[in-house]
Amino acid sequence: MLTRLLAATAALSLCTSVAFAEEKPAELRIGITAFLSGPASVFGEPAKAAAEMMIADINANGGIGGVPVTAYFVDEGAGGEALLSEYRRLVEDVEVDAMFASISSGNCTKVGPLAEDLKVLNIMWDCGTQRIFEENDFRYSFRTQANATPEMLASVLYLLKTKPDIKTIAVVNQDYAWGRDSWAIFSTALKQLKPDVEIVAEFFPKFGSPDFSTEISRLQALRPDVILSTSWGGDLDTFVRQAAQRGLTNTSTLVLPLAESSLERLGDALPAGHIVGTRGDHYFLHPEKRDDAQFMGFVDEFKEKTGAYPIYPVFHMSQALSAIKGAYEKAIAAGGGAWPNDEAVINAMEGLTFSGLGREVTLREDNQGVEDQLLGTTIRADGYDFAVLDQMMMFDGDAITTPVGQISEDWLKTLTPDFIDSVKADAFKHGS
Amino acid sequence: MNLQLFALAIFDGISYAALVFLVAVGLTLIFGVLRVLNVAHGSFYAMGAYATASVGGAIFAAGWAPWLAFPLMLVAAAAIGVMVGGPVEKLLLSRIYQMEDVLQILVTFAVFMILEDVQRLIWGVRPLFEATALNQLGTVSVFGITYTVYQLIFLPLVAIVVLIALRLGLRRTLTGRLITAVTEDREAAVTIGIDVERVYLITFIVGATLAAFGGALASATTSVVPGMGADMIVLSFAVVATAGMGQIEGAAITALLIGLGRSFAVYLWPELQVLVPYLIMFAVLLVRPQGLFGAAEARKI
Repeated sequence: MLTRLLAATAALSLCTSVAFAEEKPAELRIGITAFLSGPASVFGEPAKAAAEMMIADINANGGIGGVPVTAYFVDEGAGGEALLSEYRRLVEDVEVDAMFASISSGNCTKVGPLAEDLKVLNIMWDCGTQRIFEENDFRYSFRTQANATPEMLASVLYLLKTKPDIKTIAVVNQDYAWGRDSWAIFSTALKQLKPDVEIVAEFFPKFGSPDFSTEISRLQALRPDVILSTSWGGDLDTFVRQAAQRGLTNTSTLVLPLAESSLERLGDALPAGHIVGTRGDHYFLHPEKRDDAQFMGFVDEFKEKTGAYPIYPVFHMSQALSAIKGAYEKAIAAGGGAWPNDEAVINAMEGLTFSGLGREVTLREDNQGVEDQLLGTTIRADGYDFAVLDQMMMFDGDAITTPVGQISEDWLKTLTPDFIDSVKADAFKHGS
Repeated sequence: MNLQLFALAIFDGISYAALVFLVAVGLTLIFGVLRVLNVAHGSFYAMGAYATASVGGAIFAAGWAPWLAFPLMLVAAAAIGVMVGGPVEKLLLSRIYQMEDVLQILVTFAVFMILEDVQRLIWGVRPLFEATALNQLGTVSVFGITYTVYQLIFLPLVAIVVLIALRLGLRRTLTGRLITAVTEDREAAVTIGIDVERVYLITFIVGATLAAFGGALASATTSVVPGMGADMIVLSFAVVATAGMGQIEGAAITALLIGLGRSFAVYLWPELQVLVPYLIMFAVLLVRPQGLFGAAEARKI
């Protein structure tokens, strides 16, 4: 009798353990959404190239927990509806184990609830809107990088630390959600940290605008100390070039939080002395990685493969891949070596610390990544036919990320000028 | 707004209008003759810009003389007009002139989408920038504001030259007169023995070349990016509709109107900038549905 009971219990426990540990699959499938067409393909194409290189590297080194990784790419440029149906198709038909979505904040907002429905691990690998985890409580979505609030706040801090005496500022942002939202964050923070700065002009030219001549004429007449532009891609390139052609860069300091992604393309059009952000600590000459053979090896290989130095989406992709690898390895270890099921991987994502090409990033309890922010001022340096960064500062991500459970807009309004000196910032120079 | 800012707004408006005119005039010319609203016109603009920027970037990096930037624009524009515009008309549009209007628009829209992908295939997605032509001409200071000579003087000058050349070409040359005849009355033109198919082809190539030339000129001032053609086609359609379909001088005046409206908006009410061309179009079409200069007729579209 006793032996029969024991046997039954053993059989039962075997059943439950089977329910938790799954058969090791032949491959780990990841669906990746990125802009492969349209203006934002300046981000999507390098990220795709990076994903292919990094996944090949992971697979050459035994894959994730011994399982090789396969990536499926989806073009965000086809529009939100197409993205959602492709997303669903990848999860339900291709049966991907995780999704990386997306570049566009609008798309991240849409896929968040869908991922909850489909119960699939969703890594928001690039999008910036701070609203995602402030307005939602997602279990299946994680953001493996910072968001707009720390990015803009770090830009304000860098500006006020390097140019404490500024009096006037103007803004030229793209007329869409990011252009408007980033200015709202930047201006709110600026008003709190330096209340006497005057905003002399606010321009929101059309997204994809080919010509900023009129704005530049007016800015030349106004002569603000600082001109902010959170634009990116062709818009940013055009604005900086037209500003430089007409001497605006001699009379005003540009603050360009996304210009790391344009440095190489801008060539000699971006003169020395302007402030550049990197949307994290994303820089191909990362001041802490100069002696890191693996980092520099990747940079060289990427440059050779694609013809350009890696820009921030490449770093974001490395973080997303590093996070999923870390989560699987953590879940495998927790399960005593057995292949984890989806829920076990989600549990492993919670609070995970990982590092891609840059410094370590930690996921908070609200699934938002905490990432340090690197900014610098342009200089011309030997060996590069485009502007590189000097007077770099790395801001501590913990101090500048909106605390869990708070709304950025409200939190920013609690800041005072003392905040400027309270944030820890490491300083670096170019080439040393 | 003082007199200085007033003058600045006018300068900015004129240089912007010059570029818009060059693209819109090609569109209106094609419409006037072929009676086809050519959505693919935006592709010719983009390809003119891409061809100029990529070839320019390559030859100046190889040490060729910078003044070649100017003839390069003409060569690139003509090449795109003939090599891309020609086949599109000959192989595709010439087969569908008898079809419904909606179908014709759909076909040119399809061509536009195909050419967008062709651009991505040839030139990739990375923004190109090649400002040698602009840098050659230097800058000029007006009321303490620095302008590039290229935008303030050269572009308006080119626009005026094109306008005059088109006027004279259409009225004084044989080909121009043939084109005018076909525009006025196609059936009568056929009965007196004009080779309408050839006139269509020539007109389409000229129109496409003008669009490509607009793109070539723009490439010195702006980043050449995927999707630039789509924006331009919408704006030039607004110009053409406001001016009246097929009106060349009308396109010039409307482009100026829209350029000035846009730059005054930036000075007075920046939020309105994007809306201005369409407000003007709306206001004009409300009063004159055939456009500012269009003759009243049964509308095709």
